[in-house]
Formats: sequence, structure tokens, C-alpha cells
Amino acid sequence: MSAANPAHVAVVAYAADVHPGGTAAAEPALVHRAVTAVLGQAGIDRSDIGFTCSGSFDYLAGAPFSFVGALDSLGAWPPISESHVEMDAAWALYEAWLHLLGAEEGSGIALAYGFGKPTQGSLPDILARTLDPYYLAPLGVDADDLAALQARAAVDAGVCTEEAAGAAGAPPADGAAAVLLATEPAASRIARARGVRPAWITGLEHRIDMHSPACRDLARCASAEQAAAAAGVDKGPVHVAELHARHLHEEALLRAALGLGPETEVNPSGGPLAADPVMATGLVRIGEAARRVADGTADRAAAHAAQGPCLQHNLVAVLEAAPEGGPR
Amino acid sequence: MPTDPPGPGPLVGAHTVAFPGGYTRSTGPVIGRFLTELRDGRLVGVRAASGRVLFPPTEYDPRDGSPVTGDFPEVGPAGTVQARCWVADPRPAHPFDRPFAWATVLLDGADTALLHALDMGEGAGTDPPRSLRAGLRVRPRLRPEAERTGAITDIACLRPEVTGVRDTGRLDYTVRADAALTRYLEAQTEGRILGSRARSGAVYVPPRDVDPADGTPVTGDVELPPTGTLTTFSVNHVPDPRAPQVPFVTGYVRLDGADVDLLALVSGVDPGRVRPGMRVRAEWLPPGERSRARPSIRWFVPEEGAEEQAGEAEGR
Amino acid sequence: MSRAAAVVGVGQTHHRSRRTDVSIPGLVREAALRALEDAGLGFADIDAVVLGKAPDLFEGVAMPDLFLADALGARGKPLLRVHTAGSVGGSTAIVAADHVRSGAFRRVLAVAWEKQSESNATWALTVGQPFSASLVVGAGGYFAPFIRAYIERAKAPGHVGWAVAAKDRRNALLNPYAHLRMPGITAEAVAASPMLWEPLRYLETCPSSDGACAIVLAAEEEARTAPGPPAWIRGAAVRSEPIAFAGRDAVDPRAGRDCAAAVYAQAGVDDPRRGIDAAEVYVPFSWYEPMWLENLGFAEPGQGWRLTDGGATALDGDTPWNPSGGVLSTNPVGASGMIRFAEAAQQVRGRAGDHQVEGARTALGHAYGAGSQFFAMWIVGSERP
Repeated sequence: MSAANPAHVAVVAYAADVHPGGTAAAEPALVHRAVTAVLGQAGIDRSDIGFTCSGSFDYLAGAPFSFVGALDSLGAWPPISESHVEMDAAWALYEAWLHLLGAEEGSGIALAYGFGKPTQGSLPDILARTLDPYYLAPLGVDADDLAALQARAAVDAGVCTEEAAGAAGAPPADGAAAVLLATEPAASRIARARGVRPAWITGLEHRIDMHSPACRDLARCASAEQAAAAAGVDKGPVHVAELHARHLHEEALLRAALGLGPETEVNPSGGPLAADPVMATGLVRIGEAARRVADGTADRAAAHAAQGPCLQHNLVAVLEAAPEGGPR
Repeated sequence: MPTDPPGPGPLVGAHTVAFPGGYTRSTGPVIGRFLTELRDGRLVGVRAASGRVLFPPTEYDPRDGSPVTGDFPEVGPAGTVQARCWVADPRPAHPFDRPFAWATVLLDGADTALLHALDMGEGAGTDPPRSLRAGLRVRPRLRPEAERTGAITDIACLRPEVTGVRDTGRLDYTVRADAALTRYLEAQTEGRILGSRARSGAVYVPPRDVDPADGTPVTGDVELPPTGTLTTFSVNHVPDPRAPQVPFVTGYVRLDGADVDLLALVSGVDPGRVRPGMRVRAEWLPPGERSRARPSIRWFVPEEGAEEQAGEAEGR
Repeated sequence: MSRAAAVVGVGQTHHRSRRTDVSIPGLVREAALRALEDAGLGFADIDAVVLGKAPDLFEGVAMPDLFLADALGARGKPLLRVHTAGSVGGSTAIVAADHVRSGAFRRVLAVAWEKQSESNATWALTVGQPFSASLVVGAGGYFAPFIRAYIERAKAPGHVGWAVAAKDRRNALLNPYAHLRMPGITAEAVAASPMLWEPLRYLETCPSSDGACAIVLAAEEEARTAPGPPAWIRGAAVRSEPIAFAGRDAVDPRAGRDCAAAVYAQAGVDDPRRGIDAAEVYVPFSWYEPMWLENLGFAEPGQGWRLTDGGATALDGDTPWNPSGGVLSTNPVGASGMIRFAEAAQQVRGRAGDHQVEGARTALGHAYGAGSQFFAMWIVGSERP
């Protein structure tokens, strides 16, 4: 299950608009700021984008069709080639990446963005609505309870300390993030104009595990291990890793799953514990890792996104300055 | 027939037949075994010589009177409704004081059926529930062990198998209006309609931050008149608590000077007389009923004759 | 040239108002297992799963891909959840095709579903947020004004809507999976049904269904060795436009026209009425047949109703539309688009049963969503492109 030619696609721009205390600004305004910023960075026009994909979550706002309003902020006229996942926007980037790999036509530039305003409701309760509706959701167990369950398992297995397991989780923030992907020749053209390096995606994989935390060994993260192995994280040194860990014990579990040693700088951006714009947080990890490759402070970086109870579903990206053999 | 006794009205007397202390009934080897097992919480039938399993068990096959074997296989607990009737108005002797059903039920593994009460739930009314039909899957509800005495009423009733669960979960949000929406709603409490002008010159109402057609920020707010033209509409025959009556008209109103339509109710006109291109005018809620939490335009009315109604509303 | 992808398995549930005999996983599996059986495959043969449905508020399970992963044999695999409103069933199929065409996957399972009976469609679609005073009662209330605008623009006679409704319900009688079964249905019966949202009458509107649909997509080699005939994807495209902006034509949206133009160009179709043998088009309200006939270029603007009126779109007409009975007969919202795509595939595979269009070699699947602003289409053919 590895792409025929994954090194085809690079991250060429990234921007985020994050409000840790929440904001009255509507979702389209947040998206507009993030998208306007990436277009400005890349020095391209919205009409240069061949494919757009977004990630959002209706339950954050408690109303259907959050992505419909966000489309208003893009200037989607003439009509655009566009899709949406009800997932963290890291998976929107994944869909955009697949599209670029198989595209028969188009500009070779794709936009992925994600947004959410989780401060309007109770995030642990909202996430509890994602649980199995027959056996788990009726129990009243919420996302924080399940994280604590995994934290205890991690402590018992010696994966993390009591202190780490007891630390507070990430407070949700309102916000949006946007990433531009490009194939050649657009990738090198945009990077040159920006005075940075393209961050080539040399591996991008995601895997889902069984749903019920009761079915899993919570002291490890099997689906993150599978995604990391398939993405080839271990095929070279990892200078920087951005991990979608909303709790310290999750960071410990993910370090183990990705096989990261002490030489890897983990979450230099501060990670989700510093800013957690839910539904964009995973995409931010890819953006932040790519930024380090782009500015030359890392040659090889890993980025990770997660969703679901107790890290059920994991995505891992490997970003490199110049992949072996160079981009085509 | 005896003749009526003489005197004022018929002479009547109460009469009860009840053997003091109740009859003592011996159960024999088969019924006794069944009730003993039932008291312990097990449902057993008896196997007939033909191989059929009789439930509740008898000492003979009711089909041909042949003696049964000594084999008491467990049956059920689930079974399937065959015949049934609905008791809308229970009598005192009935096991329920609310509507329920009597049903014959073939328990799984049995070849003869049991007659018993079927509880369709507290919500059942005088009409039989639609789910009460032949083929309904049911299970017995036994009385708690301490209350069981070894009687067919140790089965308190049958009840449908679980086919669904009710999810009454709710989530509460605090939704913040953004700046443009806040300005729009606040202006409406003063009887003003705000829009915004895009760089292209197009006027949007309600106001927005960005022109959806090109993604550029708008240049600023503009005020629009409360009059416009109905572009298209629907006559709605489906009741809605927010509408004055059924049928009611929902329509798209292009306010004078605007470049997009506003979705609104149209009132003050027979729905059959509404036409595209009709001139309409906003009718405001009276000042005391306006709130910045929602739009203050009650609905649109035809421009002719609208002033009188609007005046009434203002003066209330 | 892009890599080839083909449909090698199709499955759908029996659609009903209430599938109370199954759980949500049971409903989804019913379609998925039928598609796998059709493809001669098991879950172990699948490299990735793509799941689509309309808003999660319908069933009140948020991100249901998380709990359905196990039911779809997705453990240890990639699972993507697509949501593009009413077009989602079509988008999901296209995203699955993108998986194959990327070169990264050999066999992908796409599943779309909705179990509308778990709540109420009107509620789920119009849960209002504060500060608005939405007056739209369900989808019918939303679309009726645009239908009226079409009728006036095209000067179409009122009976055309009734004819579409009766035609699609007659076709549904030939489809064992269809929800509505109305033997003897006539345009007169449609005309006699109660008025809901003028000009739409009750029988001119789609039902609410519980149902699911699944498609197995395969790369070229796997398609060639599949047990059944493949339906080769000849063209696939999505287009979106904002719901409201100055100058927008919501009756004949450009996103639909552009999307159609893109798939026709990819598939080499010059004139859709001649080049497409069967079309499964998302028609949730009767009048959307003539409206989309024009939007998709089967008729000139203002002339779509004449095609319908003349019987061209009937099963024995020269350009059959919705031989399966369409959305007017079966509407599990999130799955409705994928059913269109799947039925198009069945036509060119020669597997449409009693509603097979004789000799169909090229077929169109179409879906749209939200305010007629999200479009997904594909053209499938019996020959490899």
C-alpha cells in the first residue's frame, strides 16, 4: 500500500489563525484569514488552485453543514473542484494528496484547510457523541475519561510517569489552518519565490484501529505504529516531530509508536498542548513540521494527526528537504 | 324461569362461589416438574413420543393423547407471537391496569404455544401498537425469585424483544454572533436593514465579511430600504410554528439596491394572489417585541396597503 | 494519462422507511457484504475503506466512521469519511476512485448510508442556530421556489412534474431494492395527492429511507481478473460553488454545468443525449428531471420538459433517466448519490436486472447537494478507456 511515486507532492505553504480563548468571528472569517495568508505566502491566486479539500465537524457548532458556509470565504467562483471530510483536516490534506497523485488534469496545486470553534460547547461531551451508540455512549463516559483510562494503562506499562499521566490536557481553541500542496513544476517555483525549500511528502499513511478502547492494548498505539511503518519514519533520522497529542501520556505513547529517540525534537511549536484548534490541529502538525523543512532548520521531519477515542485513528507524514533520488 | 317476586322492584341478592382457602390442586409429574423448574427460573417443555416438544408440558400429546416421554428440554426464552388481541380497557382480574395484549406465543424449541399476557409498554394507548402482529418476537418476564411460588403466573407477562434504544443525549452550546451579524441584528431593532458592498459593487444582505464570488473583503456596510421585489416563492402547506397560518408563503425578496435575495415570509395577501415580481415591503415587529437575538422583520407584505398594517404594528 | 479504475462489485440494502430489523452496523454491512460477494472478495482483500454520509445529526452519532471501522473490516487500514451534503454518495465513490488512481491502492471499498428513521430529516437538516429565523421547512420548502422559477422561465406545463413522479415510481417496480412500490401509479394519482410546497405535491417528493450502498473499486489488473464484468470509470469530477452570491443562478447552477462538461470531456462524450445510454440522476423532486436535463446538456435551456413530456426519459425512451426508480423512489440521503453511481455501473455491467437498459455501454451517475451547489458525477463504460 505505498504510493507509486509519493515524492511527487510537496507542502509549499502553511498558515493558521488560532484563538486560544475563543473568538466571536465566524468560521468563514477564520478560514478566510488562513487561506488568504497561504495564498499570499505562495504568491498565487485562488484561481491557481486545482483542488480543494476541507476538514470540519458539524457537532462542534451543533448544526449541520459547517463546510457549506466556509466555502463562502474562498471565492469559489467560477465553481471549484472541491471535497470535504468530516475529520481533522490532516485527512483533508490526505485526500488532496491522493487527488494530486492521480490527477489527469489540473494546476498541480491543491489547498487543504480545516477549521472549528470548539469553545462554543463542551468538547469532552461532544467527542463522547463519537462513541459506539449501543455500548459506550449510553454509559456517559466522555473523551477525558477515556484519555484517563489510557493514561493509567500507559503508567502501568511504564510508558509514562504518574506526573505526565496526571497533567492537564490541551484546552481547545477556535481557529483555522491552511496548507498548500504542489507537484512539480509548481512546487519548486513557489518555493523559489518564497526563498524556502519544498517539504516533499515522502510518506503519508493513516490507519484506524478497533473502536472500543476495551478491545485494544491501551499501553501502545498499534494503528500509529502501522502508519509510521508504512510511511517509512524509520528510514532515516527524524530531526523534528510534530505529534497530535492532547495529553502528555499520548505524546509518550506516540513517541514509542513512531520509534522516536532522544535525538528527535518533539513538538517544537508547542504542540496541541499550547494550541488546539480542533479539526485543524492535525493539519497544523503537518504545517509546522513542513515549516521546519522549508526554512532549513530540519532536513527530515515527521508529522502526526489523531482522532477517535484513545488515539483510535492515526495519520503519519514524513517530510523531507530532498528525498532520495530527488523529486521528479 | 322463576317469576318475579311481588313487591317494589326485583329482589336481588349477592352470591359468591369461592372454596374457602382455595382449592388444592395436585400437579402430577409433568405439570409439577414444569412449575418447579419455572420457580427456579427455567422454562422446560416435555418431549412427546412423536418428538414434538410441548410447552407448557402436559402428560399426553394433545394431538393424539399418546403419553409423553420423560425428557424435559429447555425452551425459549424467546418466542414468536401467533394469535393476539388488544385489551384497551382492562378488567380488575387482568394482570395490568393499563392496555395490554393477550397472545399465544410459540417459544423457540417448542411445538405448542403458550397463552399469556403481553406487555407492550407503558406508552401503549387504546389503539393496538403497530408492532403488535404475528411474528413479533417476545420473551417472558419472570417475577423476582423470592416472589415465585410455582405457578404459571411466575411468568408475569411476555414483552417484546429489545429492537431499539432511545438516545436522549443533548449537547449545550453558547453560540457567539460575529461582528457583521451583530450589526445586522442591532440595526434591525432600530428598523434599519444593513447590507454590505463588495469590491465588485455588489450589495449583499445580510452583510458579510467577504464576497463569496471572489473571496475579497467587502468595502463596508450600506443601508437598504425596507422595500423590494419578490423574485420567486413557494406556498407552503406544511405547518410551521413560526408561520402565521397554513398555507403560508415563503419567498425570496430582492431588496431595492441589493444584489442577492433575502429569504422571508410573505403575508397580508391571499397565497393564491402572490406573483413573482410583486412589490413588497418589510413589516416590522413592534418595538417592544424586537430583540437583537433574532431578525426584527416579521414578514413582508404587498407594498400597496402595507403602510396601514405597518402603522398598526408600530403603534401597538 | 491517469491510471484506470473500475467498479467490480456493487451492493445495496433493501431500502425501507424503517429498517428496524438491523442496527447501523448491520445496515452498512448488508450493502458492503453484497458488494464484496459481487466482487468475489472478502474484507481481507480490501486495501482501504471510504465512508460517506450526510450530516451526523441524522443518527446522532458523530463521526460514525470511528465506530463502524470494525463492522467494515477496516482495522489496520486507512478509513476516510467524506461529507459533501446530498452529493456525498457520489463524492465518496469519486474519492474511492482517487485512491485507486493515485496508484497507492489496488482495491477500495466505498460505502454510503443513512438511517433516517433514527430521527427526523427535517429536524436534522434544519437544526437552527441562534440569531437566525429560518423559514425553510425541509428540503422541499427550500427547493420549491426554484422549481417555480424554472416553470415560469421554461413556460412548462404543470403535468410534467406529475409525469416524472409516475415514471420513476413505475421504474421502481422493476427494482427489488427500491423503497416505494406503487403498483398502478399514474400521473393522475400524483396530481390528486396533497399539495405540500406549491408547486410540489406529496407524490412529487422523495421518501425518507433507511439504506446503504457499497461499491468495490479496483485497479486495472484486479478489474481484469474480477469474476464479473467491470464498469470502467471514463470520467469523474466534482464542482462546488457558494450558496448565495450576486448573480447566482440557483435554478441552472454553473457548478452543475461545469461538472458535466468536465466528465463529458474526460469520457469523450460530445452530445450526452446520444453518447450516454442510461443516466441515474439525483432527482429528489419531480421537476428536477427537466431542470437537470437542461443543466446537464441533454436539452437546450427551456426545453428539458419537452423531453420528459415526450417520453424520451422513460425506460424505453431514447435517453432513459433513472431506470432504477431514482431518488423519488429511494432516498437514504447519504447513500442516494452512491446508488446513482452504482446503478450507472450496473447498467454498463449488464447487471441491472429488470430495469436494464438494453445494450447500455455508457452511463452517467450524478449527485448534487446543499443549495444545488455541490455536484459529483461520473461516467462509466463497459470498455476500458
